[in-house]
Amino acid sequence: MTHWMDRLGLPGLDTLDLDGLPVARMRNGGCLALDEVPRLSPADFHAACVEARARGARLSAMFVLPGDERERTVAAVLAHDATSQLGVVAMVLGGARSYPSLTAEIPQAHPFERELFERYGLRPEGHPWLKPLRRNLALEDAPPARAPRREAFADFHRTAGDGVHEVAVGPVHAGVIEPGHFRFQCRGERVMHLEIRLGYQHRGAEALLRDAAPVRRLAVAESIAGDTAIGHSLAHCALREALAGVEPPLEAQRLRGVGLELERIANHVGDLGALCGDIGFLPGSAWFGRMRGDFLNMLMLISGNRFGRGLVKPGGVRFAVPETLAGFILPLLNRLEDELSEVSEIVFDSPSVLGRFEDAGVLDRVAAEDLGIVGPAARASGCDRDVRRDHPAGIHRFALVPVAMVEAGDVMSRALVRWLEVQRSLQFVREQLRMRHSQGASALACDVPPPPPSSVAVAMVEGWRGEIVHASVTDADGRVAGYSVVDPSVHNWFGLAFAMRDNPISDFPLCNKSFNLSYAGHDL
Amino acid sequence: MQRMLRARLRQGHRTFEVPPGPGSLPDIFRGRPELAPQLCEQGCSACAVACPTGAIGTQPLTLDLGKCLFCTACTDACPSGAIRFRPDQRLAASAREDLVLRGKEQSSARALDEKTRRLFGRSLKLRSVAAGDCSGCAAELVALGNVVFDLGRFGIQFVASPRHADGLVITGPVTRNMQKALLDAWEATPSPRLVIAVGACAISGGPFAGAEASLGGVPREMKVDLYVPGCPPHPLTLIDGLLRLLGRMEEVGGS
Repeated sequence: MTHWMDRLGLPGLDTLDLDGLPVARMRNGGCLALDEVPRLSPADFHAACVEARARGARLSAMFVLPGDERERTVAAVLAHDATSQLGVVAMVLGGARSYPSLTAEIPQAHPFERELFERYGLRPEGHPWLKPLRRNLALEDAPPARAPRREAFADFHRTAGDGVHEVAVGPVHAGVIEPGHFRFQCRGERVMHLEIRLGYQHRGAEALLRDAAPVRRLAVAESIAGDTAIGHSLAHCALREALAGVEPPLEAQRLRGVGLELERIANHVGDLGALCGDIGFLPGSAWFGRMRGDFLNMLMLISGNRFGRGLVKPGGVRFAVPETLAGFILPLLNRLEDELSEVSEIVFDSPSVLGRFEDAGVLDRVAAEDLGIVGPAARASGCDRDVRRDHPAGIHRFALVPVAMVEAGDVMSRALVRWLEVQRSLQFVREQLRMRHSQGASALACDVPPPPPSSVAVAMVEGWRGEIVHASVTDADGRVAGYSVVDPSVHNWFGLAFAMRDNPISDFPLCNKSFNLSYAGHDL
Repeated sequence: MQRMLRARLRQGHRTFEVPPGPGSLPDIFRGRPELAPQLCEQGCSACAVACPTGAIGTQPLTLDLGKCLFCTACTDACPSGAIRFRPDQRLAASAREDLVLRGKEQSSARALDEKTRRLFGRSLKLRSVAAGDCSGCAAELVALGNVVFDLGRFGIQFVASPRHADGLVITGPVTRNMQKALLDAWEATPSPRLVIAVGACAISGGPFAGAEASLGGVPREMKVDLYVPGCPPHPLTLIDGLLRLLGRMEEVGGS
C-alpha cells in the first residue's frame, strides 16, 4: 500500500525533517526557554504550520501562552514522528482577535481552533464549522466582549430532502456511560452525517492543574480520564520532571512502564468484551469482561487501587514490586494469556462476529491522516504511529513494544489491533517483571526541584487510547502559568463521526465502542 | 460450538462471594481507614497539610471519607502512624456526617424504612447519571454487571431510562454543563425515588471541589439516601452499601 503522501506526489516522509523551518525543536520530555520559541506573524505562523504538516508533522497541541489578556500569543506543538522531534512555534496576535484558520489546510487543527475561540474569543477566519468545543456555560455568563456567539451553541448541521430525518441522542444515554449529545442526519437507516456535541463533563481540570497545590494537581491528573489514570498521571509527572530537568531512577521508569502497559491491557481486553456485548456475542462479553477485571486486580496488587491510582508520583513511583509479588504475577500473566488466546480464537473465528465487525464503520487512511487520528484507531487505519516508538521516553527508550498495524480501518481492524497490542504488552510486562533491580526507596523516586522561570515543557505518553500530551509554561517567577492537556479523544472524536457516514444508524453503538473515546478526557 | 463449550468449562464459575471472605482482598487494598488519635504528636498537622482534598482535621484527628481519595498522602506524611488504610471494603453511610471518622467505630449505612424496603427490597432498578465523572466510578458501576460481581443476583439492575428507575446513581462532581440534564433525569424518576451518591466527586466534589465549572457534588435539593465513598469505590464497596440500604446484609451473612 502506498503512503497517502506518495499519492499526492510528495516525497516519502522518511526523507523529510523540520530543518530550515522557523520552529524551535525539542524532544518528548524536553524543556525550552520561552525566548527560543520563534514568535511569528499570523501569516508566517500559518505558512510554517502548513509546511511542517507537508513534511509529515502532526498538530499535537495548540494553546495560548500566558501573558497580557489584550495581546494574545498562541503556541503550536508539531510532532514530527519520523525524526522524533517536537517543533514549537508561536503566533503573535497583538491586539487582533482573529487570525487565518489552519483548519481548511490542516483539518486536525479544528478542535484546537474551536477551543481558542471558545475560551479566548479568538476567531479563526475561514474555519469551516466554527462553534465552541465544550459549551462552557461559565463563559456564557461572561460579558459579551469575551463570550463567543451564544447562538452558535445551538447550531447543528442539518440536511433536508426526501426521506431525510434527524435523530438526537443524549446527553443522558441508555447505558452506564458518560454524557454527550449525538445528532444524526439520516436517510432511512443510513447515516449521512453525525455531529457530536461534548462539554457536559467539563470540570475545569486545566485551571486546577495550573493553580492547585502540587499534591492536588496529581489527584486531578489521575482524574482527567479515570480509565487512563496511569497514562495521564505519568504525562503530568513527566512534565514536572521535564521542567525540573531530572530523570527518575530506572527502577521507577520500569514500574511506570509496567503500570502503563497493564492499564492498556485491561482497557483493550475490556473493549473486546464490550464489542462482543454490543453484537450480542455473550461468551466473548462475559469472558473478556472477567479477564479485564483480572488485570485491574493485578494493578491493585501493585498499587492498592484497581486503576493504578497512586502508583506514579513526581520523580518516580510510590510502590515497589517485590520479587514475591513478581513471582505471583508472572504465572498469572501466562495463564491469562492462554485464556485470552482461547477466547480470541473463538471470537475472531465466529462468522456471526465477523459478519458484524467487518466493513462496519470504515475510517480510511487518508481521512485518518488528515484528522490526525492517534492510538489504536490510527493504527487500525494503517497509520503507523505510536509515541512509544516515535517519541520514546522513560523505559520505552530501552525496551521496545512492537507497533501493531492493521490496514482496513473498520471495526474488525480496531478490534484486531487491540488484541495484537494486548499480546505485545503482555510480552513487555513479562520481560520487565523478570528483571531483577534494586528495590530501595532511592530506586523508586528522585527529588523534583522547582521549575525554571519562563520555560515551556512538553510530555507525551502513548496511553491506551493514543497520544496524551501535557504541556506547561512557567512565568518569570518560575510559577506554572499555563497548563494544557490534550487527551487522544480530542483528535479521535471526529474520526468516529467520519466513520459513521453511510453506515446504518443501528451500528452506532458498535462503532462508538470500537473507538471507545473519553468524554471526560475531551471535556477536561 | 465444541470449542465454546470447552472454553466455558475452563472458565468455570467466577462469581465473587458477598460479603468477601477474610483475606480475599489483598492487604495493599486501600479501604476503610483506622485512626489512632492517641498517637498524634502535639501540634502536628502533617497529614492535613499533605491531603489533596482537605479531608483531614487535626486536634482531634478526623477524616472525612466523603472527601478522601484514598491516596495515602496522609499516611506517607504522618510521623507516628496514626492513620492506616485497611483492606476493608465497608465504607458506605446513609448520613453525610457519618462519613466523618473520629477514631471510633463508624456507623454504617442504615436500612431504609420498612415501607420503602417492602417496595425495593427484592427488586431495585437504578439509573446511572454521570455528571462530570472521570469514568472511574462509571467503570466500577459497569463492573457490577460482569460475571464476577453479578449485581443482578440481588435483584438490583441498571435500567435504560429514569422513568423505569426507582432511583438515581450519581457520579462526578456535577458539572454546570450537566446540571440541567441531571435535574431533568431526577424529575423523570417516579416517586418514591432514591438518590445514591457514588465516589468522592459526587459526595464533595473530590479533587474538583471548588472548581468553577462544577457544583462540588450532588445538589442539596436532591436528598441523598446512600453515600458510597471511594475514588472510585471498589465494586464490593458498592454492593456492600446497596445491600445495607436494602437491609439485606444479615441475609447474606454480613456484619
